[in-house]
Amino acid sequence: MLNGLPQVSREGDRQYLKLPWYSRALSGIADFSRRKPLGAIGGAILLILIFISVTSPLISPQDPYEIRGGSILAAPSSELLLGGDSLGRDVLSRLFYGGRISLYVGLVSIAIGITAGAFLGALSAYFGGKIDLVVQRFVDAFIAFPGIILGLAIMSVLGSSVNNIIFALVLVLAPSAIRTVRAQALAIKEMDYVLAARALGAGDLRIVIRHIIPNCMAIFIILFTLNLGYAIIVEATLTFLGVGVPPDVPSWGGMLAEGGIAYIKDAPWLAIAPGIALSLAVFGVNLLGDALRDVMDPRLRGT
Amino acid sequence: MTGYILQRLALFIPTLILASFLAFAIMRILPGDPAIAMLGGAEGSFTQEDLDVVREKLGTNRPLHIQYGTWIRDLFQGNLSESYFFRVPVSQLMTDRFPVSTQLAVMALLLSYVVAVPLGVLSAVKQDSWFDHAAKIFTIAGVALPTFWVGILILFVLGNYFNWVPPLDYANFWENPLINLQQMIFPAVALGYFNTAFAARLTRSTMLEVMHEDYIRTARSKGLKEAVVIGRHAVKNAFLPVVTIVGFQLGRLFGGAVVIEAIFVVPGVGTLLVDSVLIRDYPVVQAVILMIALIVLGLNLVVDLLYGWLNPRIRYA
Repeated sequence: MLNGLPQVSREGDRQYLKLPWYSRALSGIADFSRRKPLGAIGGAILLILIFISVTSPLISPQDPYEIRGGSILAAPSSELLLGGDSLGRDVLSRLFYGGRISLYVGLVSIAIGITAGAFLGALSAYFGGKIDLVVQRFVDAFIAFPGIILGLAIMSVLGSSVNNIIFALVLVLAPSAIRTVRAQALAIKEMDYVLAARALGAGDLRIVIRHIIPNCMAIFIILFTLNLGYAIIVEATLTFLGVGVPPDVPSWGGMLAEGGIAYIKDAPWLAIAPGIALSLAVFGVNLLGDALRDVMDPRLRGT
Repeated sequence: MTGYILQRLALFIPTLILASFLAFAIMRILPGDPAIAMLGGAEGSFTQEDLDVVREKLGTNRPLHIQYGTWIRDLFQGNLSESYFFRVPVSQLMTDRFPVSTQLAVMALLLSYVVAVPLGVLSAVKQDSWFDHAAKIFTIAGVALPTFWVGILILFVLGNYFNWVPPLDYANFWENPLINLQQMIFPAVALGYFNTAFAARLTRSTMLEVMHEDYIRTARSKGLKEAVVIGRHAVKNAFLPVVTIVGFQLGRLFGGAVVIEAIFVVPGVGTLLVDSVLIRDYPVVQAVILMIALIVLGLNLVVDLLYGWLNPRIRYA
């Protein structure tokens, strides 16, 4: 984080450290936005998405489940801003609730998948030898299945539900996290401070938890943001294909499946609204991820 | 080189076996009984006898290792059991459907490289020009737009402004190549957009790196024309990392093909997979995902070997 920051005197550093945490965080964010304006835009889009997801019951103009005979395929109007769907439900309210599902599924699956993957990757690199060999062959075998294919196969057995799609996404996301963190941990393992810790009598677990994992944090945060967009896309795709989130729950993939093809001529807003929302969310998360990657680990540029 | 090939193969074979085991295990070890799902899922809508019959047909009443062994033995004999829905051997479905998807994937890949490489090279050479910025918008959009949304958009534009709808019957490439290409070009564009954007970004960043190398300065200082410097010295070296992602790209293309085929109603392996998943035709699902994994692994092996051949440093690492 430090390279590229303006040089400050030691006195300046001391002054800076005396500031309360929130003004330090604010100045950090201001600095990030100045250096990576696109990343800041991405962060803002993510914040808006989080805001909409948290407050969707409050800001939705209508009940997203309410079926109204009078507004079936209604065009956008002052009453229904984005029109009505094939059952007369309010598209805007369903859009807000759909964002909630996308973000929830994306964040939870990333949190579990990337954390588990990072932990396994660090262990695999640290212990090396046979454990590493076995774990890596499993990773290779998992990665041979493209994400959507693996997700489809898993969901075909489990059946569609929000928890099942999270489980499927964890299995899709973890292997590549294992591989990326392992490569990083292999390099850290050879560092002098790990040798020093061992000389001081630290055990394996302590070295992994106190030294290897904290030094993989940068790559962890990068994996987290860059995979969030992917997780949202895979969830929407599986739901679009009919095996993800159950059809009665409002979700962007489901809205695209309902309105996407059947009504594309008569009621294009049914597909355009969730499509734009989905693209914007992924676009924002990717911008933020790219910027974080450039700032935190310039070596990964272009990957 | 022989040592390198042997080493790659030594890693390839256990991975292959594990992948086949995964394709098998997803259907057996995960909670959820395929037999119950095939009968409709709800308790009480079938009798124990029905369940036993379906389990017997699926073979899920036998111990796991025997099921796996039988499946692998049948695979080697080219006997992929029978589809429950289509009532034909799975191997026949595969030979019908795989060529279509392969054509789609190859077309998308060719299209993406034809566009991506010049785009990436030009935006690196003219860094920060209006062309570079326009290319950047194009590539950022390509990476962010979900493939199925691109497909729907293309369908929307074609349907509303050009009166084009997906054909009910796709022509065979070998019998009617012109009509077939006309029909396949739109799904291929939709499928290839992500790869185009991805490859263009990669080409641009490797080109930028290469342009700062000493040998580029040497080439310029000995008075070579800029076109020769870029064409013969820079692009050649920048191309190597772009080649290595071909395997990864094709894998992703097969994943994306699933949705694109569903949207454009292409009778490929993607629609076969989605249909079989929705009607719980497990023998087909299992065979299709294994086939795709084999293709991805095989391609990665070829790319690895090719890379070792192109770049001697890798062989001795």
